[in-house]
Amino acid sequence: MQIYLPIAEVVVNAFLLFGIGGVVGLLSGMFGVGGGFLITPALFFIGIPPSVAVSTGAVQVVASSVSAVMVHLKRRTVDFRMGTVMLLSGFVGSTIGIYVFKELERLGHINLFVEVCYTVLMGLIGTMMFQESLRAILRNRRAGKSGAPPRVIKRSHTKAQKWPLKVKFRTSGLYISILPPIMIGIVIGFLTTTLGVGGGFILVPAMIYLLGMNTKVVVGTSLYQVIFISCYAVMAHVLTSQSVDLVLAVLLTLGGVIGAQFGAMIGLKLKAEQLRILLAILVLLVGIKIFFGLVLEPADLFNLDIPGHAQ
Amino acid sequence: MTGTIAPHPARRPALARRLILAAALGLMIVAPAASAEKLVSGVSQDQVAINATFNGSDILVYGAVARDAPLAKGVTQDVIITLEGPAQPLIVRKKARQFGIWANKESVPIDSAPSFYSVSTSVPLRQALTHTEDLRYKVSIPLAIREIGGTATAKHPQTFVNALIDIRTKAGQYEMNEDAVKFRDDTLFSTRVKLPANLTEGTYKLRIFLTQGGQVVDMSHSEITVQKTGVERWLFNLSAKQPALYGILSLFIAVAAGWLASAAFQLLRR
Repeated sequence: MQIYLPIAEVVVNAFLLFGIGGVVGLLSGMFGVGGGFLITPALFFIGIPPSVAVSTGAVQVVASSVSAVMVHLKRRTVDFRMGTVMLLSGFVGSTIGIYVFKELERLGHINLFVEVCYTVLMGLIGTMMFQESLRAILRNRRAGKSGAPPRVIKRSHTKAQKWPLKVKFRTSGLYISILPPIMIGIVIGFLTTTLGVGGGFILVPAMIYLLGMNTKVVVGTSLYQVIFISCYAVMAHVLTSQSVDLVLAVLLTLGGVIGAQFGAMIGLKLKAEQLRILLAILVLLVGIKIFFGLVLEPADLFNLDIPGHAQ
Repeated sequence: MTGTIAPHPARRPALARRLILAAALGLMIVAPAASAEKLVSGVSQDQVAINATFNGSDILVYGAVARDAPLAKGVTQDVIITLEGPAQPLIVRKKARQFGIWANKESVPIDSAPSFYSVSTSVPLRQALTHTEDLRYKVSIPLAIREIGGTATAKHPQTFVNALIDIRTKAGQYEMNEDAVKFRDDTLFSTRVKLPANLTEGTYKLRIFLTQGGQVVDMSHSEITVQKTGVERWLFNLSAKQPALYGILSLFIAVAAGWLASAAFQLLRR
């Protein structure tokens, strides 16, 4: 069924959008990421103008994160204090991001910026997560063969514990300086408005590896933060560029929330390190795909830039 | 609907026209406009509504040439039909390899390019219209695009204009349909103009030219309105006029959908 999108001003297949939303929702439910890093490139690919894809992707991120966070609220695996600190600093980063986005759009470099950021971030995070989770899987396998109980990893003493302004984050099991969470929050907020991602795929590893948070609360806390920061991004895009397409958002959301529920069910059956290695592979694949887009000669060197309606 | 016929020197009352013709002949002035032909035209629809299931549209343009006397032997006439959508300024950018990465480098700003433009002719364009007449009436596609230059960072701005035409031709936004107008017995003409799905709202200008030996003999203007309707119109207006409300509505839908899905699945699991 073909449908006309009123803001994007393109015609697309409604079932295709429903399917994209569903697949991304499934992955976001499994890994506890909003799925923005998958949905924005997918929308680019089917011909949605980048500005519409970035801001409408944020609506879908809100929906699938709300759908997934419910499970975590019931299990009390959300660290509200940590989430709120990151959230407030995230608003600062988002506001800076909006101005950077507008300036780069004016100069015609927004797509390049988005693609380079994706490649670098995904390459780094994907590789780090892949190594770490592979090590964890091998360790568990060895431990299983020898019959010995799995080694309990002592939480590493990161530099964050030596900084001033220490705050107790009871749910996360941390007593650390408030500064690293604020810095992470600002970076995530910045990426939300410039890249149209919720930041979950960066936030989850940052919470585990940089802050040393209890892994049980990482996914829930990340989702809680992502919901609010994406709401802020949606409002900012709506007010500054009127680029949110509600028809597109509704179709993606329908698929997304259903997919997220199935994803959460699958996620519960897999081991944490298995999930992490799968997420790492996914992040690396998307990163490699975008990397090739940057270095291979494009089919058409010319592109049109219609002010107020980026193409 | 019958196309509105714009005032034109050739369409004065017959008596007055004959007097002018006589005077012109008397003074040995050959004025191409002072011929005895008159275009009468119509379109299948003068309103195009873009609704949720809009997937492009076909417009039938038809008409006839009314003559006082039959054409002289050996003389043929041709018809050219153009449809032009609202124009926008835009920038054409070209990618170049810099530090191993393909990034936009040169750019040419275009002052005005129609969002849609189609030319349909009864014979190949160059046969139906001389280059001078083309320049005068701005009929062919490159002439519909206005590029003044000045701020361009490129050495050859014309290649950028050509690239714009190529991109829009591939997208079905620019069309050159030679021999697409059926012109029977030098009197009745008709053609179909295909409108793509990604239409821009606004007033589309329809022009019909009657030519003889490459010179324009008569011309008629009319308009077609393209507008979003229903939900599409409501959403588009809301996002433009009340963005805050539109944003809240978007978020409400997202949160409600997320919450409902989670609640529904919990019920199913029991």
